[in-house]
Amino acid sequence: MTVEAVAVPGGRGGFGLAWRRLRRNPAAVISAAILVAILLVCFPLAPLFVDLACHHGPNDQNIQGYIHQGGHRIPVVGLDGTPIGPGLRSCYMLGADANGRDLAVRILYGGRISLFVGITSALLCVFLALILGLVGGYRGGFVDSVIGRLLDLIWSFPVYLLAVALATTLAVGGLSVGPLHVSSTSLAIPIVVIAVVFVPYVARPIRGQVLTLRRMEFVEAAVATGAGPARIMLRELLPNIASITLVMLTLIVANNILVEAALSFLGVGVPVLTPSWGNIIEQGYSSIVTAPALTVAPGIAIMVTVVALNVLGDALRDALDPHARIRIR
Amino acid sequence: MGAFILRRMVGLVIVLFAISVLVFVIFNVIPGGDPALRLAGRHPTQENIRQIRKDWGFDRPLYVQYGDMMERLFIKRDLISYQDQTPVLPTIERGIPRTLALAVGAAVIWLVTGVLIGVLSAIHQGRFLDRILTVLALAGVSIPIFWLGAVLLYLLTFRYHSWAIFSWVPPGGYVPFATSPVGWAEHLILPWIVLAVVSIGFYARVVRASMLEVMNADYVRTARAKGLSARRVLTRHTLRTCLIPVVTLFGLDFGAAVGGTVILIEPIFGIEGVGQYAQESVAHLDLPPLMALTLYGAFFVVIANTIVDVAYVWLDPRTRIE
Repeated sequence: MTVEAVAVPGGRGGFGLAWRRLRRNPAAVISAAILVAILLVCFPLAPLFVDLACHHGPNDQNIQGYIHQGGHRIPVVGLDGTPIGPGLRSCYMLGADANGRDLAVRILYGGRISLFVGITSALLCVFLALILGLVGGYRGGFVDSVIGRLLDLIWSFPVYLLAVALATTLAVGGLSVGPLHVSSTSLAIPIVVIAVVFVPYVARPIRGQVLTLRRMEFVEAAVATGAGPARIMLRELLPNIASITLVMLTLIVANNILVEAALSFLGVGVPVLTPSWGNIIEQGYSSIVTAPALTVAPGIAIMVTVVALNVLGDALRDALDPHARIRIR
Repeated sequence: MGAFILRRMVGLVIVLFAISVLVFVIFNVIPGGDPALRLAGRHPTQENIRQIRKDWGFDRPLYVQYGDMMERLFIKRDLISYQDQTPVLPTIERGIPRTLALAVGAAVIWLVTGVLIGVLSAIHQGRFLDRILTVLALAGVSIPIFWLGAVLLYLLTFRYHSWAIFSWVPPGGYVPFATSPVGWAEHLILPWIVLAVVSIGFYARVVRASMLEVMNADYVRTARAKGLSARRVLTRHTLRTCLIPVVTLFGLDFGAAVGGTVILIEPIFGIEGVGQYAQESVAHLDLPPLMALTLYGAFFVVIANTIVDVAYVWLDPRTRIE
């Protein structure tokens, strides 16, 4: 058996150690670099690319336009409706769609929406799960069993059907609760739907963790010093479940990007006129025979992002897990 | 054991009831979800809406409507769709064998391949094969499943269809087993693989992790020490224990596949099972079939959960403590 002793270098906390382990894991570094690159390219660099290189936005149509390449004049959309394919040029690098929109630009801007939906829904989901898991696990008793039954109920639904059911009803009429009105074409709908559907997947492990932590001495000590439940949950328990939550957040972002794509593909995700990776696939899929890039390229964008997030999440778990068999010299 | 199963059955009924209420609430109570407005179409007059409410019974109390819906779903079995007023249940019944054929075949593939890859990875832990298999498993988990289906279908039935090895691939559709077993299998092989890919990666990782844990256990060392062959230790001692989590997962995933994931696969391959019906109903925002299908899917998931719980207790006697 390997010795599991971990020499703690002076002055380093758990997260400091984890950070060091993470930096020494090539897979983690590479996937983090890929993610940073994707975020940079989609958010600050996309408008720059549009301004400097190709001069049309993600929704600009150009059905009758031409581009000049190697002395030839090539129509963006051919007479038979076939759009231009991928090629080495600044405009229409990945080709165009049937409306003459630049696929590369659409993927950059679609990435904004997909990443935004994935990240915000993951944050919302983890936030809800933290509240339910902390309160349920710490309070126990009646509160816990009500929360537990609620989570069981959501858990019992097939994920896609529940999401589709919720998204369909909301997509028809929007949502109005009191003064708050959410339009049926709002991005908030897919975000909330995806977040709610996956709450049990995050809340259950958190609750389990809280249940074990609750019986430990440091909680007892906090109770003895007169700390109230809110203080114990936030100051004593929360830091102890921060690492598991961080790992799950990464994995849930990956998952939610896939779910966004699936919901958009079914037509109940991101509103049709907003480009997202799922929407681009959905719109390109019907012409996969004449213009395969419209389907293939956004799918590859999703895959690269999700693989990177999954690798990073795994590496985070390895780095943060105190029982991991990692020796630090 | 009998009492345990009985208790689970009672729990099952309660959960199914709660689910049916929740589905009803989602479709009828959410603000902005007034079905009369949907039926009336664009720019309806007040008179129109009032008439529709009366005709379809939306003006009655909710619990009466709920009872009516359940009666139409289970007893009268004459639920009709808002979209084209066709009966819902016959369409679902026609789709169930297709969906099951898809899900069962895929389940066999992902179970066998996933366990095999997981065991190979664990035996070769840290070496080249393990790395490659881990990467492949991770890639499988990260692919949008409908995209994989669409791209494979394009490549094999169009782009490379002229290659001799792919020339048999049909362009989607479904052939009943009774009509032609070969045609049935030919039409299903691609959907089977696509539906399996996501789970293969996941199962491989689970099996690998639990194999690594079990391989270091004392009883495995004992088995090896008393001179058993490596194969016998693997099949009789190691694998047996580490398949217990797989059983749990399998029940859940099979339920989830039949009850939900098929919605993303069937439309791509034109299988016209339950999933495709759900997808078409979504496209038309047609509530009665969606409600019936959501209930149907939830039934599958809950029943799978119950079977898993019972199987788990049966497999692992330690969990029998009350």
